[in-house]
Amino acid sequence: MNLIEAMRTAYMSLLANKSRSVLTMLGVIIGVSAVLVVVAIGQGLKADVLDRIRSMGTNLVTISPGGGRRHGPPTGQTQPGKLTEEDLEALQQDLTNIAALAPTVQRGVTAKYRNLTHTTQAVGTNSQWPLAMAFEIAKGRFFSASEQRARARVAVIGQDVVDELFYGRPLVGEYIRINNTPFEVIGILEEKGGGWGNPDNQIVIPLSTARQRLVGDADLNAILVSAEGEDVVPIVKENIERTLFRTHRVAEATRDFDIRDQTEMLSMVSETTGQMTLFLGGIAAVSLLVGGVGIMNIMLVSVTERTREIGIRKAVGARRRDIMAQFLIESVMLSALGGIIGIAFGFAGSQALGQSLGWQTVVPLWAVVLSFFFSAAVGVFFGWYPARKAALLDPIQCLRYE
Amino acid sequence: MALIETTNLHKIYRMGDVEVRALRGVSIAIEAGDYLAIMGPSGSGKSTLMNLLGCLDTPTSGTYRLGGEDVSSLGADRLAAVRSQQIGFVFQQFNLLPRATALQNVELPLVYTGAKNRHELALRSLERAGLGDRAHHRPTELSGGEQQRVAMARALVNNPSIVLADEPTGNLDSHTGEEILNVFDELNAEGITMIMVTHDLQVADHCKRTIQLVDGEIISDKQNHEVRGTGEI
Repeated sequence: MNLIEAMRTAYMSLLANKSRSVLTMLGVIIGVSAVLVVVAIGQGLKADVLDRIRSMGTNLVTISPGGGRRHGPPTGQTQPGKLTEEDLEALQQDLTNIAALAPTVQRGVTAKYRNLTHTTQAVGTNSQWPLAMAFEIAKGRFFSASEQRARARVAVIGQDVVDELFYGRPLVGEYIRINNTPFEVIGILEEKGGGWGNPDNQIVIPLSTARQRLVGDADLNAILVSAEGEDVVPIVKENIERTLFRTHRVAEATRDFDIRDQTEMLSMVSETTGQMTLFLGGIAAVSLLVGGVGIMNIMLVSVTERTREIGIRKAVGARRRDIMAQFLIESVMLSALGGIIGIAFGFAGSQALGQSLGWQTVVPLWAVVLSFFFSAAVGVFFGWYPARKAALLDPIQCLRYE
Repeated sequence: MALIETTNLHKIYRMGDVEVRALRGVSIAIEAGDYLAIMGPSGSGKSTLMNLLGCLDTPTSGTYRLGGEDVSSLGADRLAAVRSQQIGFVFQQFNLLPRATALQNVELPLVYTGAKNRHELALRSLERAGLGDRAHHRPTELSGGEQQRVAMARALVNNPSIVLADEPTGNLDSHTGEEILNVFDELNAEGITMIMVTHDLQVADHCKRTIQLVDGEIISDKQNHEVRGTGEI
């Protein structure tokens, strides 16, 4: 019996029990679409974060407090540590081949303009911050080094803050209150487009002003170093390390700070989101197996119901492998068709979810191909036993079966 | 050499602890073109013999040579090939696939031989059975006699040398049964070896030769005119 013939036969028999076939496929449909939605969200998140990191340029080196692993995601086994302005000064003296050096402190704040209130993130830094973070100023200007020294109450705000407080009007020169301290808005940051760790939702103010008004003598959250070029990034990292080992009086084994360049950031994020996607996708894949058990169940029922048919087919010359192929193709057709429908639902579901939640979703081709073949494999695996049972039936017994 | 030659066929079924000796040394030779009735009371082993002759089953001991080839110890798939090429079956229950049309039912044996022009062969066979206009009807839309004709078209579509019929008129009224038997007579006249199991003397009357089985043994083997009129067993 050739394959096309067998597929036609299988198709006819599935069609003869339409509602049963659809219900049986449902398990696979749900499984495949769940896997795809999870993967789409995971991949979307990853693409989002990677875009963001890339937009900060490849020359950026980020120093953060707390030592630990040199590669991969941070773990709990870090040395407690802190970054201070002494570190910053030491770095300023020691480092060469750098374009910008900017400390940051962050604090959640409430910003007010007239009767409008907006909760956002305040970043205290110095005048080199836009250069280090590769931020353009869309309107107005960034604050100067002298304003930084003079504790000027000036603020540069992101587009989301403009939307919330100014109804989208770029009102440079207006005063807003940040935790009840009035600040003059002197500039507006270029829009980066929201997403993870939304860079459009922040207010940048001088570090000295932040210390006086918002954060006191809290430690720095990070020191950003921008190398002159990508080629000197390794040298700059080495120099940072040497300086901080000296000022912190620590060695490699007891390091209490973390230095990462953008390449490391990218691989860290890829790895973390990749693992998360794999884990959640794996959980979703379990429902595919449950769908497979459903297929096996129905195929067993089908073999019993069609005992007489099997007998007739054998009497007119069907070999064991013909019967085996017939039932196996039927179960694979169920699961593969379920897979295809599941893929369609997965696409639609991730689109709908992405749009309603404002998330970017990406359904990668490998996930589509993989879920199709996996669902087909489920059909083979769970269809094998019923098909074999059918193939081994004794034709005489089958013909007597009522 | 005869088309069918069995030597000392035994068949023992095991049902739990009980052994059922269905056949006890059946030796029979059937020439090509013969027209044979197998008779006997129920439990006499006639269905078992039929299954063995039809290569649906293998004997516990003894040999069965079909067309000179020993088929008594072939595996399931080789037996399937023998059935597919040499044997056609007609059953009391018709045994048509209920969801398939008459034409699709007749095509079924060709599906397993991989014949190219299946459709035409099946249609021609169906037309010979006088059902060309019923090709696209399903079994439930056909009368009993028509269903049995479809079954015969199916049995003949592969040009078998032997047609085995198990009580072919058992589910038909006497008039329709007679019609079916007339087709059998014609087929035999064309040279096909016909073997049928029946308990009806009038049916056996159509045959050239009748054997009687009792308790798994042949107790008589006679030409038709000798059997005629011996009364009910």
